[in-house]
Amino acid sequence: MTAPRDKFGRPIVVVTGMGIVTSLGGGKTDNWKRLSAGESGIKTVTRFPLDSLKTTMAGAVDFVTVDPFSSTSLSQRLAEIATEEALEQSGIGTKGDFPGPLFLAVAPIETEWPQRLEVAREVPTKDFGIIDYLATCSGGKFTHFHRRFTFGSVALSLAETFGTKGSPISLSTACASGATAIQLGVEAIRRGETDATLCIATDGSVNPEALVRFSLLSALSTQNDPPQGASKPFSKNRDGFVMAEGAGALVLESYDAAMARGARILGVVAGCGELTDSFHRTRSAPDGKPAIGCVRKTLADAGMEPEQIDHINAHGTSTPENDKMEYLATAAVFGEHTKNIPVSSNKSMVGHTISAAGAVEAIFSLLTLEHQRIPPTINYEVPDPAIPFDVVGNKARDAKVTAVMSNSFGFGGQNASLILTREPA
Amino acid sequence: MAEKEVWITGVGLLSSLGEGLDAHWEALGAKRVNADEKRLAPYVIHPIAPVSFDAQIPKKGDQRQMETWQRIGTYAAGLALDSAGVKGNQEILSRMDMIIAAGGGERDLNVDLAIMNADAQGKLPPAVLNEKLMNELRPTLFLAQLSNLLAGNIAIVHGVCGTSRTFMGEEASSIDAARIAVARIGAGQSDIALVGAAHNGDRGDLLMLYSFGDFALKDQYASVWARRNNPGFAIGSAGAFLVMESREHAEARGAKPYAKLTKVVADLAKRKQPGAVTKSLQTLWPQLGVSNDNAMLITGATGAEPATAEEREFLGQHPGLAVRATGTTFGHTMEAQFPLGLALAALSISRGALYPANDPTGLEVEKTGAPTQIVVLGVGHWQGEGMALVEAVK
Repeated sequence: MTAPRDKFGRPIVVVTGMGIVTSLGGGKTDNWKRLSAGESGIKTVTRFPLDSLKTTMAGAVDFVTVDPFSSTSLSQRLAEIATEEALEQSGIGTKGDFPGPLFLAVAPIETEWPQRLEVAREVPTKDFGIIDYLATCSGGKFTHFHRRFTFGSVALSLAETFGTKGSPISLSTACASGATAIQLGVEAIRRGETDATLCIATDGSVNPEALVRFSLLSALSTQNDPPQGASKPFSKNRDGFVMAEGAGALVLESYDAAMARGARILGVVAGCGELTDSFHRTRSAPDGKPAIGCVRKTLADAGMEPEQIDHINAHGTSTPENDKMEYLATAAVFGEHTKNIPVSSNKSMVGHTISAAGAVEAIFSLLTLEHQRIPPTINYEVPDPAIPFDVVGNKARDAKVTAVMSNSFGFGGQNASLILTREPA
Repeated sequence: MAEKEVWITGVGLLSSLGEGLDAHWEALGAKRVNADEKRLAPYVIHPIAPVSFDAQIPKKGDQRQMETWQRIGTYAAGLALDSAGVKGNQEILSRMDMIIAAGGGERDLNVDLAIMNADAQGKLPPAVLNEKLMNELRPTLFLAQLSNLLAGNIAIVHGVCGTSRTFMGEEASSIDAARIAVARIGAGQSDIALVGAAHNGDRGDLLMLYSFGDFALKDQYASVWARRNNPGFAIGSAGAFLVMESREHAEARGAKPYAKLTKVVADLAKRKQPGAVTKSLQTLWPQLGVSNDNAMLITGATGAEPATAEEREFLGQHPGLAVRATGTTFGHTMEAQFPLGLALAALSISRGALYPANDPTGLEVEKTGAPTQIVVLGVGHWQGEGMALVEAVK
């Protein structure tokens, strides 16, 4: 028998391990239990003072601690926890020896405020300028900050810990990063370069400056009370997204390699697609054309017809613009079939895990396929009449789900979509 | 299925030497170096040459939304598209893939310094940090900082809209950008791609990270190979972009190649062990398929140690190579290091000559004759190694 291939003759890419951390908890079991029960992980931030901030809640992961704290160290720790879970489930390789490359979605890194200020307190001159400051940076006392805050530092550490092969890739495509990491893994397996890839997406960015920056762009919800009511995708009174932390890790393998080692197949990455929006730095083209093109490319990549999609795990950020544009794009592609597709946004409960979102939501999509149960979109009290999706509002819904489309649309015109199925087509 | 041949059909360069291929070829021939020991003294930098961004970024509104690194990159990307003859070609641009290697953008140093000074003088209770940031940061600065917004700006200004991926991780990110683009085109996953990076060295905020590790060159400029007693890299400024496409795609549209990009390989040496970089380069070398040990090699050697010494050890094992170090001429352009090397290799092949050596130590030797193979070498100052083989099209 010849090796099974997809209808384009490419190796079929399957998922054999998944690990997840969100504001709902650590691990698939806890996350699925709370997600399908419609619980929110959004809370008032306790990590730093909230004075002067318009937005005071987030989906911070407070049950994981790193010392000394930095968003970069937290991102790394969340990635480690998710990866350990994924590797254990997959059973691939041996400890510290993963037989393939690493694709890591991670937020851009820079020296953070606590560390900046730690150096500032050591500068001997009063009213110092940058050159005085730089003199204090050098000399060996703060060498560890270089190791921590290079852009490649998280990938370097993960590659060493898990023994991935070759040069690890750190990437950022804003809110689509997690989906891009998966896409790069899929492409490498389809090229036949490797039998397995480790795709990780992580974000631990709830810090004052990140909150301020998104706030200054008017992107965040300011409905702080109660915090768990802030994220309201597809609702008429939605007013922005809620920043959140989390990580998702997936072990991807060629179907052949997974079968050969007797691995349990959790699902199939049937298709990936992306298309850039050149309309504006933060806004989508009003006609939705790039998002439409992205969804169509993804269907084409999977060799599937719109009618074969029976659930959409929406990007659904809860910003006024995204949710409307997502409906328009979906309706344009799926036409009459749109009303038959139950749509839900995990962000109503876990918030927007930004760089991690694409992977976190791919994992939730695969769990949806496994449990044949669609998690709800909570806080869906005032449906937006301009978005007549069949929203799975407030309560989970049992449904026959064979193929899920998971969308990610981000700043900088980054659009990426995935199609996940239970079994090879 | 046989891998498709990948051609470099467009090259865009803006650097401390000037803009465009003719200006660079002339400056390299004249051994010109534009290093500045004063502007950020004691740090040596290579600032970007004066340029009017209007030529490639016609809308002032677009320029205002960018910081310098994005302007440099968007400008160089436009030069590459022009050179490939695809500028404004909607049909091609709408399906062109883009892989950018990027760090982060400029911070508002005045705001940062005011906060740091206030804190150092005990005048910054934790709660006041929020207030300062809320009131003093420009809302759009975030967009000038986000790594993926160089790609975003190139999409907006030039309409490169197929796909857009931004890799991060200092030098290695640009090696991987080229590696993935070549792999995708070779396998038929992509027909045409824009690959590149931009770096602005005239930034005090950027020097922070490299000062922590004592990597930045201080006091006096010297050729990369002459820094044994005063090691370090002089931060450089460059936008380096390449249009890569399959031979079939280029031929179908009548595009002329500068060169062929035959292979890109990369590694992550375990540098805790001394000699790991040398060993990594020894492992990568045979993967390239260099047929002539008297070939030419353009390296991004930084001048920072111990990486440069370990690279020199490797080069010493290939005494027939004619070596050129971009670090001497351009400084260390970090994410742009590797695409700059690729651009100069493609340029040299297309001009039928390797540019002259510029090295008082004698490591670089003159070489006559038209190059058929040029190896491009990239060693990260802290992590990541890679090589590419650029060849003349037969």
